Amino acid sequence: MKAWDAIVIGGGHNGLVNACYLQRAGLDVLVVEKNGWVGGAATSRELTPGFLYSNCSYVCSLFRPEIMRDLELPRYGLQVISYEGGAVFTRDGDYLANYRDHDAHRREFARFSRRDAEAYDRYSRDVTRQCRFIQPLLMRTAPDPTSFRPRDIGELLYLGRKFAGLTPEEMALTLRFWTMSISDFLDEYFETDVIKANFALSGIIGTALGPMSPGTAYVLLHHYMGEVDGSVGAWGYARGGMGAVTKALAASFQASGGTIRTGAKVDHVLVRRGKASGVVLAGGEEISGKLVVSNADVKRTFLKLVEEKELPDIFLRRVRNFKIRGSSGKVNFALDSLPEFPALPKDSPVYRGDMHFTDSMERMERAYDDWKAGQWSADPFLDMVIPTTLDPTMAPPGKHFMSCFVQYAPPKVNGREWTDADRDGFAESVIAQISDYSPGFRDRIVHMEVRTPREIEVEVGLTEGNIFQGELTFDQLLFNRPVPGYAQYRSPVGGLYMCGSSTHPGGGVMGAPGRNAAAEILRDLAKPTTHMSPAHDVI
Amino acid sequence: MIQRAKALLYDAPPQPSIDTARTTAQSHFRTLRCGTPFQPRIDALARTNDWYNWAGYRAPHSLWDEELEYFAIRSQAALFDISPMTKYRVEGPDAEAFLNRVTLRDVTKLKSGRVHYTAWCDDEGFVLDDGTLFRLSPTRFRLCSQERHLPWLLDSAIGFDVTVEEETAAVAGLALQGPTAFAVLHDAGFAGVENLKVFDLADFPHDGDPQGNSQVTISRTGFTGDLGYELFVPSEQALSLWDRLMAAGELRGIRAIGYTALNRARLEAGLIVANSDFVTSEHAIRADRLRMPDEIGLGFMVDLEKGHFNGRRAILDARTKKRLRHVLVGLEIEGSIPAEHAIVYYRKGQEVGLISAAMWSPMAKRNIAIASLARPFGDTMVDDLWVEIYAMRELQYQKLMKRAKVVPRPFIRLDRRTANPPAGF
Repeated sequence: MKAWDAIVIGGGHNGLVNACYLQRAGLDVLVVEKNGWVGGAATSRELTPGFLYSNCSYVCSLFRPEIMRDLELPRYGLQVISYEGGAVFTRDGDYLANYRDHDAHRREFARFSRRDAEAYDRYSRDVTRQCRFIQPLLMRTAPDPTSFRPRDIGELLYLGRKFAGLTPEEMALTLRFWTMSISDFLDEYFETDVIKANFALSGIIGTALGPMSPGTAYVLLHHYMGEVDGSVGAWGYARGGMGAVTKALAASFQASGGTIRTGAKVDHVLVRRGKASGVVLAGGEEISGKLVVSNADVKRTFLKLVEEKELPDIFLRRVRNFKIRGSSGKVNFALDSLPEFPALPKDSPVYRGDMHFTDSMERMERAYDDWKAGQWSADPFLDMVIPTTLDPTMAPPGKHFMSCFVQYAPPKVNGREWTDADRDGFAESVIAQISDYSPGFRDRIVHMEVRTPREIEVEVGLTEGNIFQGELTFDQLLFNRPVPGYAQYRSPVGGLYMCGSSTHPGGGVMGAPGRNAAAEILRDLAKPTTHMSPAHDVI
Repeated sequence: MIQRAKALLYDAPPQPSIDTARTTAQSHFRTLRCGTPFQPRIDALARTNDWYNWAGYRAPHSLWDEELEYFAIRSQAALFDISPMTKYRVEGPDAEAFLNRVTLRDVTKLKSGRVHYTAWCDDEGFVLDDGTLFRLSPTRFRLCSQERHLPWLLDSAIGFDVTVEEETAAVAGLALQGPTAFAVLHDAGFAGVENLKVFDLADFPHDGDPQGNSQVTISRTGFTGDLGYELFVPSEQALSLWDRLMAAGELRGIRAIGYTALNRARLEAGLIVANSDFVTSEHAIRADRLRMPDEIGLGFMVDLEKGHFNGRRAILDARTKKRLRHVLVGLEIEGSIPAEHAIVYYRKGQEVGLISAAMWSPMAKRNIAIASLARPFGDTMVDDLWVEIYAMRELQYQKLMKRAKVVPRPFIRLDRRTANPPAGF
């Protein structure tokens, strides 16, 4: 029987990034994907004729340009179309927009508060300073603080030196930033509720925390570290939907000789004498491999794919306690025409950007209260985009695809499993909210896909439907992600590695976990990593 | 109670618009660069179509010929639109005390009808900006600056009986600079303008206003080191003021100019520009770019006798402990090739600083520059300084190592700037 050099479980973006780098290093790599298509949470699916759905992730910014370059993704067809702005609709019939142009942005904020409009410079200076501190860490393996290996000590020193290089004021801000709530952080700069709500969105997306929960300020930072083709902080749509990212990755992988098997669900990882030796598919087929890399989240990998007896108790306990709580869902729409928003001027760029309806911190926090009570939010927070305003390839002429990220949605409803009736109620809360701002919206819907945490877990494989494969709070970052002592992509099982967003630096369509894991694997194999670009300088 | 609050939140559908002023202002997204109140006149004169973004306004780099526009400042009268400059109205019984707390200089010494050049710092003593403070009455001031500071000013105003309002768009401003500037104002009928000494200001009636009750505030100030004035009117009066000056100045050689020409004149005058010669503290991403007043040549403003002001403790501490790391100096460089953004060396080898602005000065007939140096260079060690000029000539760098001498600013002194009464050329 053929023994692959490496088997990657899961064809999500990180699995494919990892597979690409390993294949390009000369390994013979197999990717096994349970679905009939690759992509994981970065897919484009034709769920109704003529409409492509970015039915999980929906916008692109965080994907590391170094990886795009190494894996030649532009050559393999990836195009990212950046958009110019977005808005929060206010309940008084107005909206607060975000524009890319600095002065337009200031004038827009000045409509609500001249003071806050001018406070934006200081806010963006401080956030930029924090980003510059964190960004170089994204493409480095986090050091193990308990290790005395020269490399770990070197990396710890690097962290220490970076921290020591800060002024006392910056150190204070950094520590505060990592631990504060986004609400408290924004209070330091702004006084207008809708302006704070506008920024707070990035602090809670994908997180089972409210804007007033400590630790949410860092989540905001995570969303600020992206770019589109060198334009820092920009967000965009992948042409053809988010599946274009993984399609380009798959093409790059196959062009370098890699093999993908779809419809191949892994039942468990074969472990012999404490070492991974392959996988067994759901049908019983055994595939042997010299090493196994899991793109699945840490809970799915170690609680479902590996037998408990192979794992140390303390590791298992920490995996069980890793916070990967379901907090969001998605409602995706095929529309027979562009929705109208009477509050928006017809030529507003906001139609092409991200739209929200939660105009106060209190509404946002109360939406979280519902989650805590085991219910989906009656008044949810939506992150809504209509990518077909910039990418006509996703829908028939004149028709549109609309993606709605919805928060909060609990992993279980009142402690029991989601039912179809719950799912319909969840969808109704979304449609009702949109209809409040877009009369006639309901009549434009020709098809709809509703994904509660239940559907996301079953269909995509993300535990509890958590989009980040684990929350991005500071207790679960760097050398604590996912489990202290196992933050360097290795696991207690020899030859079994992790490459998903459960690992450093975390979620978002970033590719960094997949890349960093490949670097560690190649290090263990004593293979060169000359095909991996170092992280861009931050000067 | 919580249930009730929830119900209120959830059941509230969007209400029809209540704030029409706010919704009317939505349309700004269609015009990313605003016009100033003078834009119709400036557009009509813009032959080069050479624009830049000045704080969100469309402002000219040049209008017709940047060389000749410079000479208009030095030999005629140049009209430069300063409306985009950020302007704050500070008013109230505690306005003087408040500004004394915020800014470096002693505002109690600034009399009504006077202007002074000042700066303000954050609590760590780093310069937030420099600007001009106009005392329009005992209790009313106008603070003009490059950057925006409303949150800082409002936060600093806590405990003072004072109002701070941003009035950039409401007030139009013009700088009229050059040897014939006084004559133009005189011919335009501003009776008594000859009484204005440097840094004086006064209100004059504006005959362009049909109601006859509009006033022009004229100060004998400017950014050129030349004889000159700055004029402020409510923005509705802008065009009539422009026309009044242009008509009166026709035979005095009045010309509208862009920023390139002004920038040359300001460098000859030895004046610094925020975020060009130093980085303002609310914009510095890199902590080592922050500067205290003593590090950018503004130490003279710091008045330690006047009582507490923002940054005082930190500035005093840095002075006592000799922790001032930089110094801003004027340089005279041999030869005639401008040394813009050149690195400054000690003994041709040790890097000690950077030039932020440089030109060959037509007035001083010298090659001049403003540079930031790491102390003690430029401070106690001023000999054996060199600049390396990379002059791009037809796709090749001509590398020149030229000797630089620290010289006092301004680089030029023109008697006509301060002469009383001003000469009517």
